Amino acid sequence: MADMHFELVTPEKLVRSEDAFMVVVPGTEGDFSVLAGHAPLMSVVRDGEIAIYSSPTTVTSRIKVQGGFAEVNDKGLTILAEHVEEIR
Amino acid sequence: MANLKALKGRIGSVKSTQKITKAMKMVAAAKLRRAQDAAEAGRPYAEQLAGVMSRLASGVTVGPESPRLLAGTGKDDVQLIVVATSERGLAGAFNSNIVRAAVRRARELQAQGKTLKFYLVGKKGRAVINRVFPGQTIHQVDQTHIKTVSFDDALEVARDIMQRFEAGEFDVAHLFYAKFQSALVQIPTEKQLIPVEVPAGHGTHTETSEDGKHTRTVSNDDHKGPVAAVEYEPDEATILEALLPRNIAVLLFRAFQENAASEQGSRMTAMDNATRNAGEMINKLTIQYNRSRQAAITTELIEIIAGAEAL
Repeated sequence: MADMHFELVTPEKLVRSEDAFMVVVPGTEGDFSVLAGHAPLMSVVRDGEIAIYSSPTTVTSRIKVQGGFAEVNDKGLTILAEHVEEIR
Repeated sequence: MANLKALKGRIGSVKSTQKITKAMKMVAAAKLRRAQDAAEAGRPYAEQLAGVMSRLASGVTVGPESPRLLAGTGKDDVQLIVVATSERGLAGAFNSNIVRAAVRRARELQAQGKTLKFYLVGKKGRAVINRVFPGQTIHQVDQTHIKTVSFDDALEVARDIMQRFEAGEFDVAHLFYAKFQSALVQIPTEKQLIPVEVPAGHGTHTETSEDGKHTRTVSNDDHKGPVAAVEYEPDEATILEALLPRNIAVLLFRAFQENAASEQGSRMTAMDNATRNAGEMINKLTIQYNRSRQAAITTELIEIIAGAEAL
Protein backbone atom coordinates (compact mmCIF):
# COMPACT_ATOMS: atom_id res chain seq x y z
CA MET A 1 0.00 0.00 0.00
CA ALA A 2 1.26 3.38 -0.89
CA ASP A 3 2.38 5.84 1.71
CA MET A 4 0.45 8.99 2.40
CA HIS A 5 1.72 12.47 2.99
CA PHE A 6 1.83 13.65 6.56
CA GLU A 7 2.41 17.16 7.89
CA LEU A 8 2.68 18.35 11.44
CA VAL A 9 2.77 22.11 11.89
CA THR A 10 2.92 24.43 14.87
CA PRO A 11 2.59 28.22 14.76
CA GLU A 12 6.36 28.41 15.13
CA LYS A 13 7.50 25.92 12.55
CA LEU A 14 6.80 23.04 10.23
CA VAL A 15 7.72 20.08 12.42
CA ARG A 16 7.20 17.24 9.98
CA SER A 17 6.54 16.97 6.31
CA GLU A 18 7.10 13.41 5.21
CA ASP A 19 5.51 10.29 3.83
CA ALA A 20 4.25 7.78 6.32
CA PHE A 21 2.52 4.45 6.11
CA MET A 22 0.12 5.18 8.92
CA VAL A 23 -0.39 7.78 11.61
CA VAL A 24 -2.36 7.13 14.78
CA VAL A 25 -4.10 10.26 16.03
CA PRO A 26 -5.82 10.70 19.39
CA GLY A 27 -9.12 12.28 18.36
CA THR A 28 -11.51 13.76 20.90
CA GLU A 29 -13.92 10.94 20.15
CA GLY A 30 -11.34 8.17 20.23
CA ASP A 31 -8.07 7.34 18.55
CA PHE A 32 -8.07 6.82 14.83
CA SER A 33 -5.40 5.88 12.37
CA VAL A 34 -4.99 7.38 8.96
CA LEU A 35 -3.64 5.41 6.03
CA ALA A 36 -3.36 6.31 2.38
CA GLY A 37 -6.74 6.84 0.77
CA HIS A 38 -8.51 7.76 3.99
CA ALA A 39 -11.81 9.58 3.57
CA PRO A 40 -11.71 13.35 4.14
CA LEU A 41 -12.05 14.12 7.81
CA MET A 42 -11.73 16.99 10.20
CA SER A 43 -11.26 16.29 13.86
CA VAL A 44 -10.24 17.99 17.03
CA VAL A 45 -7.27 16.22 18.59
CA ARG A 46 -7.09 15.79 22.32
CA ASP A 47 -3.77 16.24 24.11
CA GLY A 48 -1.85 13.03 23.70
CA GLU A 49 0.54 11.13 21.55
CA ILE A 50 0.56 10.63 17.83
CA ALA A 51 2.44 7.64 16.46
CA ILE A 52 3.97 7.60 13.02
CA TYR A 53 4.39 4.23 11.32
CA SER A 54 6.71 3.66 8.38
CA SER A 55 5.43 0.10 7.89
CA PRO A 56 2.61 -1.88 9.51
CA THR A 57 4.88 -2.88 12.36
CA THR A 58 7.49 -0.17 12.81
CA VAL A 59 6.86 3.04 14.67
CA THR A 60 9.34 5.66 13.49
CA SER A 61 8.42 8.30 16.01
CA ARG A 62 6.00 9.27 18.69
CA ILE A 63 5.18 12.92 19.20
CA LYS A 64 3.23 14.47 22.04
CA VAL A 65 0.79 17.08 20.82
CA GLN A 66 -1.20 19.70 22.66
CA GLY A 67 -4.07 21.75 21.34
CA GLY A 68 -4.30 19.89 18.09
CA PHE A 69 -6.53 19.67 15.08
CA ALA A 70 -6.35 17.13 12.28
CA GLU A 71 -7.49 17.38 8.70
CA VAL A 72 -7.45 14.60 6.15
CA ASN A 73 -7.95 15.53 2.53
CA ASP A 74 -6.86 14.15 -0.81
CA LYS A 75 -3.36 15.51 -0.21
CA GLY A 76 -2.90 13.59 3.01
CA LEU A 77 -3.03 14.24 6.71
CA THR A 78 -2.27 17.58 8.29
CA ILE A 79 -2.10 18.09 12.03
CA LEU A 80 -2.09 21.59 13.46
CA ALA A 81 -0.83 21.69 17.04
CA GLU A 82 -0.04 24.44 19.48
CA HIS A 83 2.69 22.43 21.15
CA VAL A 84 4.66 19.39 20.14
CA GLU A 85 7.23 17.40 22.00
CA GLU A 86 9.16 14.55 20.45
CA ILE A 87 9.51 11.42 22.49
CA ARG A 88 12.74 9.56 21.94
CA MET B 1 36.56 80.71 13.16
CA ALA B 2 35.67 78.20 15.84
CA ASN B 3 38.54 77.26 18.01
CA LEU B 4 40.56 74.23 17.03
CA LYS B 5 40.25 72.23 20.22
CA ALA B 6 36.47 72.53 20.33
CA LEU B 7 36.24 71.38 16.70
CA LYS B 8 38.46 68.40 17.40
CA GLY B 9 36.23 67.45 20.32
CA ARG B 10 33.10 67.64 18.18
CA ILE B 11 34.61 65.50 15.45
CA GLY B 12 35.51 62.92 18.10
CA SER B 13 32.01 62.87 19.55
CA VAL B 14 30.32 62.56 16.16
CA LYS B 15 32.70 59.73 15.30
CA SER B 16 31.80 57.78 18.41
CA THR B 17 28.09 58.34 17.71
CA GLN B 18 28.66 56.99 14.23
CA LYS B 19 30.27 53.89 15.68
CA ILE B 20 27.23 53.27 17.85
CA THR B 21 24.71 53.76 15.05
CA LYS B 22 26.78 51.54 12.77
CA ALA B 23 26.85 48.77 15.38
CA MET B 24 23.09 49.14 15.96
CA LYS B 25 22.48 48.90 12.25
CA MET B 26 24.46 45.71 12.02
CA VAL B 27 22.72 44.17 15.03
CA ALA B 28 19.32 45.15 13.59
CA ALA B 29 20.23 43.56 10.27
CA ALA B 30 21.10 40.27 11.96
CA LYS B 31 17.96 40.36 14.10
CA LEU B 32 15.87 41.24 11.06
CA ARG B 33 16.99 38.07 9.33
CA ARG B 34 16.07 36.01 12.34
CA ALA B 35 12.69 37.71 12.68
CA GLN B 36 11.99 37.18 8.99
CA ASP B 37 12.91 33.51 9.23
CA ALA B 38 10.60 33.11 12.22
CA ALA B 39 7.75 34.77 10.35
CA GLU B 40 8.45 32.53 7.37
CA ALA B 41 8.38 29.39 9.54
CA GLY B 42 4.98 30.28 10.95
CA ARG B 43 3.35 30.71 7.58
CA PRO B 44 2.29 27.06 6.91
CA TYR B 45 0.32 26.90 10.16
CA ALA B 46 -1.42 30.20 9.55
CA GLU B 47 -2.29 29.25 5.99
CA GLN B 48 -3.61 25.84 6.98
CA LEU B 49 -5.68 27.29 9.78
CA ALA B 50 -7.10 30.01 7.56
CA GLY B 51 -8.00 27.38 4.97
CA VAL B 52 -9.71 25.15 7.50
CA MET B 53 -11.54 28.11 9.03
CA SER B 54 -12.93 29.28 5.72
CA ARG B 55 -13.99 25.74 4.77
CA LEU B 56 -15.71 25.32 8.12
CA ALA B 57 -17.31 28.72 8.25
CA SER B 58 -18.77 28.37 4.77
CA GLY B 59 -20.81 25.48 6.15
CA VAL B 60 -21.95 27.24 9.29
CA THR B 61 -24.42 30.06 9.19
CA VAL B 62 -23.82 32.87 11.59
CA GLY B 63 -26.82 33.10 13.84
CA PRO B 64 -27.64 33.99 17.40
CA GLU B 65 -26.65 30.53 18.58
CA SER B 66 -23.23 30.51 16.92
CA PRO B 67 -20.21 31.16 19.12
CA ARG B 68 -19.95 34.73 20.35
CA LEU B 69 -16.39 35.03 19.15
CA LEU B 70 -17.72 34.63 15.63
CA ALA B 71 -21.09 36.34 15.84
CA GLY B 72 -20.11 39.13 18.24
CA THR B 73 -22.25 40.46 21.03
CA GLY B 74 -24.69 42.06 18.67
CA LYS B 75 -23.54 45.52 19.73
CA ASP B 76 -20.56 47.67 18.90
CA ASP B 77 -20.74 50.25 21.68
CA VAL B 78 -17.51 49.44 23.45
CA GLN B 79 -14.50 49.17 21.20
CA LEU B 80 -11.23 47.70 22.35
CA ILE B 81 -8.15 48.91 20.57
CA VAL B 82 -5.15 46.64 20.87
CA VAL B 83 -1.97 48.51 19.99
CA ALA B 84 1.14 46.41 19.47
CA THR B 85 4.32 48.45 19.59
CA SER B 86 7.92 47.62 20.36
CA GLU B 87 9.71 47.69 23.68
CA ARG B 88 12.62 49.76 22.44
CA GLY B 89 12.93 53.04 20.69
CA LEU B 90 15.44 54.28 18.12
CA ALA B 91 13.57 52.52 15.36
CA GLY B 92 12.73 55.49 13.19
CA ALA B 93 9.04 56.23 12.83
CA PHE B 94 8.04 52.62 13.53
CA ASN B 95 6.20 53.13 16.81
CA SER B 96 4.80 56.54 16.03
CA ASN B 97 3.32 55.23 12.77
CA ILE B 98 1.44 52.46 14.56
CA VAL B 99 0.26 54.77 17.32
CA ARG B 100 -0.80 57.40 14.81
CA ALA B 101 -2.90 54.89 12.88
CA ALA B 102 -4.50 53.70 16.12
CA VAL B 103 -5.22 57.22 17.34
CA ARG B 104 -6.75 58.20 14.00
CA ARG B 105 -9.10 55.20 14.10
CA ALA B 106 -9.87 55.85 17.77
CA ARG B 107 -10.88 59.43 16.98
CA GLU B 108 -13.18 58.17 14.22
CA LEU B 109 -14.82 55.72 16.60
CA GLN B 110 -15.09 58.37 19.28
CA ALA B 111 -16.83 60.68 16.83
CA GLN B 112 -19.37 57.89 16.27
CA GLY B 113 -20.09 57.95 19.98
CA LYS B 114 -18.38 54.67 20.85
CA THR B 115 -16.71 54.00 24.15
CA LEU B 116 -13.02 53.32 23.73
CA LYS B 117 -10.76 51.04 25.66
CA PHE B 118 -7.09 50.50 25.02
CA TYR B 119 -5.03 47.39 25.44
CA LEU B 120 -1.35 48.12 24.96
CA VAL B 121 1.31 45.61 24.06
CA GLY B 122 4.85 46.97 24.23
CA LYS B 123 5.79 50.07 26.12
CA LYS B 124 6.44 52.49 23.29
CA GLY B 125 2.79 53.22 22.69
CA ARG B 126 1.98 53.98 26.31
CA ALA B 127 3.08 57.58 26.61
CA VAL B 128 1.13 58.88 23.62
CA ILE B 129 -2.04 56.83 24.16
CA ASN B 130 -2.16 57.67 27.84
CA ARG B 131 -1.81 61.35 27.02
CA VAL B 132 -4.35 61.48 24.18
CA PHE B 133 -6.88 59.17 25.82
CA PRO B 134 -6.15 59.42 29.54
CA GLY B 135 -7.64 56.77 31.80
CA GLN B 136 -8.90 54.58 28.99
CA THR B 137 -6.13 52.01 29.01
CA ILE B 138 -7.36 48.80 30.59
CA HIS B 139 -4.20 46.77 30.40
CA GLN B 140 -0.56 47.04 29.42
CA VAL B 141 1.44 44.00 28.43
CA ASP B 142 5.11 44.08 29.23
CA GLN B 143 7.29 42.17 26.80
CA THR B 144 10.65 43.57 27.84
CA HIS B 145 11.87 40.22 29.08
CA ILE B 146 10.97 38.45 25.84
CA LYS B 147 13.73 38.14 23.27
CA THR B 148 11.83 36.45 20.49
CA VAL B 149 8.06 36.18 20.74
CA SER B 150 6.90 32.62 21.14
CA PHE B 151 3.43 31.34 20.47
CA ASP B 152 2.88 31.02 24.23
CA ASP B 153 3.33 34.76 24.65
CA ALA B 154 0.70 35.38 22.01
CA LEU B 155 -1.55 32.75 23.56
CA GLU B 156 -1.33 34.45 26.93
CA VAL B 157 -2.38 37.77 25.47
CA ALA B 158 -5.13 36.10 23.43
CA ARG B 159 -6.51 34.32 26.52
CA ASP B 160 -6.54 37.55 28.49
CA ILE B 161 -8.35 39.39 25.71
CA MET B 162 -10.88 36.59 25.29
CA GLN B 163 -11.53 36.50 29.03
CA ARG B 164 -12.25 40.20 28.99
CA PHE B 165 -14.55 39.64 26.03
CA GLU B 166 -16.43 36.89 27.86
CA ALA B 167 -16.72 39.18 30.87
CA GLY B 168 -18.42 41.70 28.59
CA GLU B 169 -15.75 44.37 28.82
CA PHE B 170 -16.00 45.18 25.13
CA ASP B 171 -17.91 44.27 21.97
CA VAL B 172 -15.40 44.69 19.18
CA ALA B 173 -11.62 44.44 19.24
CA HIS B 174 -9.24 45.95 16.73
CA LEU B 175 -5.56 45.17 16.49
CA PHE B 176 -2.92 47.61 15.29
CA TYR B 177 0.55 46.57 14.20
CA ALA B 178 3.03 47.21 11.43
CA LYS B 179 3.03 44.81 8.54
CA PHE B 180 6.49 44.06 7.28
CA GLN B 181 7.04 44.65 3.59
CA SER B 182 10.74 45.38 3.35
CA ALA B 183 13.46 46.97 5.46
CA LEU B 184 12.35 50.30 4.01
CA VAL B 185 8.59 49.89 4.07
CA GLN B 186 6.43 48.89 7.00
CA ILE B 187 2.72 49.44 6.76
CA PRO B 188 0.69 50.24 9.88
CA THR B 189 -2.18 47.79 9.66
CA GLU B 190 -5.51 47.36 11.35
CA LYS B 191 -7.08 43.94 11.83
CA GLN B 192 -10.34 43.05 13.48
CA LEU B 193 -9.73 40.52 16.24
CA ILE B 194 -13.20 39.98 17.69
CA PRO B 195 -15.62 39.07 16.23
CA VAL B 196 -13.43 36.86 14.11
CA GLU B 197 -13.37 37.77 10.47
CA VAL B 198 -13.41 34.54 8.55
CA PRO B 199 -11.36 34.60 5.39
CA ALA B 200 -13.56 34.14 2.36
CA GLY B 201 -13.43 30.69 0.85
CA HIS B 202 -11.65 30.34 -2.45
CA GLY B 203 -14.65 29.63 -4.57
CA THR B 204 -16.06 26.82 -2.52
CA HIS B 205 -19.60 26.07 -1.54
CA THR B 206 -21.03 23.50 0.79
CA GLU B 207 -23.64 20.99 -0.13
CA THR B 208 -25.88 19.51 2.48
CA SER B 209 -27.67 16.22 2.02
CA GLU B 210 -31.44 16.16 2.28
CA ASP B 211 -31.56 14.83 5.81
CA GLY B 212 -29.02 17.48 6.82
CA LYS B 213 -26.70 14.91 8.32
CA HIS B 214 -23.92 15.11 5.81
CA THR B 215 -22.24 18.11 4.42
CA ARG B 216 -19.48 18.38 1.92
CA THR B 217 -17.36 21.20 0.70
CA VAL B 218 -17.23 21.54 -3.04
CA SER B 219 -14.66 23.64 -4.72
CA ASN B 220 -16.18 25.63 -7.56
CA ASP B 221 -13.01 25.97 -9.54
CA ASP B 222 -11.93 22.38 -9.18
CA HIS B 223 -13.86 19.96 -11.34
CA LYS B 224 -11.14 17.39 -11.64
CA GLY B 225 -12.95 14.66 -9.84
CA PRO B 226 -15.61 13.82 -7.35
CA VAL B 227 -15.10 15.55 -4.02
CA ALA B 228 -15.72 13.23 -1.15
CA ALA B 229 -17.86 14.24 1.76
CA VAL B 230 -15.86 15.46 4.72
CA GLU B 231 -16.53 13.78 8.01
CA TYR B 232 -16.52 15.97 11.05
CA GLU B 233 -15.51 14.80 14.47
CA PRO B 234 -17.29 15.85 16.71
CA ASP B 235 -19.25 18.22 14.41
CA GLU B 236 -18.68 21.41 12.47
CA ALA B 237 -19.94 23.79 15.12
CA THR B 238 -17.84 22.23 17.86
CA ILE B 239 -14.72 22.23 15.73
CA LEU B 240 -15.32 25.84 14.82
CA GLU B 241 -15.74 26.70 18.47
CA ALA B 242 -12.45 24.98 19.28
CA LEU B 243 -10.61 26.71 16.47
CA LEU B 244 -11.88 30.25 17.00
CA PRO B 245 -9.77 31.03 20.09
CA ARG B 246 -6.79 29.46 18.36
CA ASN B 247 -7.37 31.67 15.37
CA ILE B 248 -7.24 34.76 17.56
CA ALA B 249 -3.99 33.58 19.15
CA VAL B 250 -2.53 32.95 15.71
CA LEU B 251 -3.61 36.39 14.51
CA LEU B 252 -1.86 37.95 17.48
CA PHE B 253 1.19 35.78 17.04
CA ARG B 254 1.47 36.73 13.38
CA ALA B 255 1.06 40.38 14.30
CA PHE B 256 3.82 40.15 16.90
CA GLN B 257 6.10 38.44 14.42
CA GLU B 258 5.40 41.01 11.73
CA ASN B 259 5.98 43.70 14.29
CA ALA B 260 9.32 42.22 15.32
CA ALA B 261 10.48 42.09 11.72
CA SER B 262 9.17 45.60 11.04
CA GLU B 263 10.86 46.97 14.13
CA GLN B 264 14.24 45.60 13.15
CA GLY B 265 13.79 46.68 9.54
CA SER B 266 12.81 50.16 10.60
CA ARG B 267 15.72 50.37 13.03
CA MET B 268 18.13 49.19 10.38
CA THR B 269 17.00 51.89 7.98
CA ALA B 270 17.02 54.56 10.66
CA MET B 271 20.49 53.62 11.82
CA ASP B 272 21.77 53.46 8.26
CA ASN B 273 20.57 57.02 7.75
CA ALA B 274 22.07 58.10 11.04
CA THR B 275 25.43 56.57 10.13
CA ARG B 276 25.41 58.33 6.78
CA ASN B 277 24.45 61.66 8.34
CA ALA B 278 27.23 61.29 10.88
CA GLY B 279 29.68 60.64 8.03
CA GLU B 280 28.57 63.81 6.26
CA MET B 281 28.87 65.78 9.45
CA ILE B 282 32.38 64.46 10.08
CA ASN B 283 33.40 65.51 6.56
CA LYS B 284 32.04 69.01 7.08
CA LEU B 285 33.65 69.39 10.45
CA THR B 286 36.98 68.07 9.16
CA ILE B 287 37.00 70.62 6.35
CA GLN B 288 36.20 73.34 8.83
CA TYR B 289 38.92 72.07 11.15
CA ASN B 290 41.55 72.04 8.37
CA ARG B 291 40.57 75.51 7.18
CA SER B 292 40.91 77.00 10.62
CA ARG B 293 44.20 75.19 11.16
CA GLN B 294 45.55 76.61 7.89
CA ALA B 295 44.27 80.04 8.76
CA ALA B 296 46.01 79.84 12.10
CA ILE B 297 49.30 78.79 10.46
CA THR B 298 49.04 81.56 7.87
CA THR B 299 48.45 84.13 10.56
CA GLU B 300 51.42 82.84 12.51
CA LEU B 301 53.66 82.97 9.42
CA ILE B 302 52.57 86.50 8.61
CA GLU B 303 53.37 87.48 12.15
CA ILE B 304 56.87 85.90 11.98
CA ILE B 305 57.69 87.42 8.60
CA ALA B 306 56.41 90.81 9.70
CA GLY B 307 58.53 90.53 12.81
CA ALA B 308 61.66 89.56 10.82
CA GLU B 309 61.21 92.45 8.38
CA ALA B 310 60.87 94.91 11.23
CA LEU B 311 64.36 94.06 12.45
